[in-house]
Amino acid sequence: MPTPLPPGAAAPDFTLPATGGDALALSSLRGRPVILAFYPADWSPVCGDQMALYNQVLPAFRAHDAALLGVSVDGVWCHRAFADDRRLHFPLLADFEPKGAVARAYGVYDDAEGTSERALFVLDAAGVVRWSFVSPAAVNPGADGILDALDRLDPKSTP
Amino acid sequence: MSLRLPVTAADHALGSADAPVTLLEYGDYQCPFCGRAHPIVEALRARFGDRLRFVFRNFPLTEIHPQALHAAQAAESVAARHGEDAFWRMHHAIFAHQKALLDRHLGEYAASAGADPGAVLGDVAAGAHVARVEADFAGGVRSGVNGTPTFFLNGERFDGDWRDLEGFAAAVARAAGEASGHVHPAQAAHRE
Repeated sequence: MPTPLPPGAAAPDFTLPATGGDALALSSLRGRPVILAFYPADWSPVCGDQMALYNQVLPAFRAHDAALLGVSVDGVWCHRAFADDRRLHFPLLADFEPKGAVARAYGVYDDAEGTSERALFVLDAAGVVRWSFVSPAAVNPGADGILDALDRLDPKSTP
Repeated sequence: MSLRLPVTAADHALGSADAPVTLLEYGDYQCPFCGRAHPIVEALRARFGDRLRFVFRNFPLTEIHPQALHAAQAAESVAARHGEDAFWRMHHAIFAHQKALLDRHLGEYAASAGADPGAVLGDVAAGAHVARVEADFAGGVRSGVNGTPTFFLNGERFDGDWRDLEGFAAAVARAAGEASGHVHPAQAAHRE
């Protein structure tokens, strides 16, 4: 298994097709914390739970001014159907062509499965990885680790 | 993964605070999995009796369950107006009729729980208990709740399969054994 980018690493920039727009460049979010949620696939039950949970926790992420991006190797039409079905209010990015290139850049591509791992990154406003976590594919990691990492970025706003 | 907000007197609890095991559920009244878990919880309560305290906290995933927030608010309203026994009557009524959770249905369940349906639905419309429901949700997120239902046994997240009653019961029994080693019955008797 590759190693996920550790805290302190510069987050590689990328531009990917996104739901709710044409394409999204990571660099366009500079100045805000960014949560990258890599997940193996749309529609699998655990992913649905995880994305549904993050959808519901969005206000807490936004309290930190953080942007949440879901990333998988699914294509943009698949993402659009999934996001519509689950009423997701954050963009899903299609790491589809070349397949998994962004996941590889972050060290979370699973060659055997042909998908990204279930991996979380919290980037600070300068685009530096401040926290990363890889969960077993079958385990929904929840949101507590993300919120703890955001708290550490910005201690003043701890609820 | 551990519970960050300890159980307090403000929680909805069935059973004694002195019970060696506290089973806490973060649940959503419109979640079909929570509906399936309800009889499992009831079976555990029947099996363990006084040795088990059950606590329910709200974790409504309102984006996928649009009626869950009103159901949670209605249950909180019944509790605030008529106490814990009425809350649990409402709780059981909701899970017994989980596919009918429009406001008028919630009013019927509130009436069956002994509450004035007009008053309860007025509370719901006014959002009188939204803050309580949101506080439950926020605390759950911080404790690692990752979907519904999520269970905690004596404050530790239960990651086993709750659908397996025997496996779940074995985990409860283990928690009971561990706890009884730490809490002397004489000490327990002095606690509220």
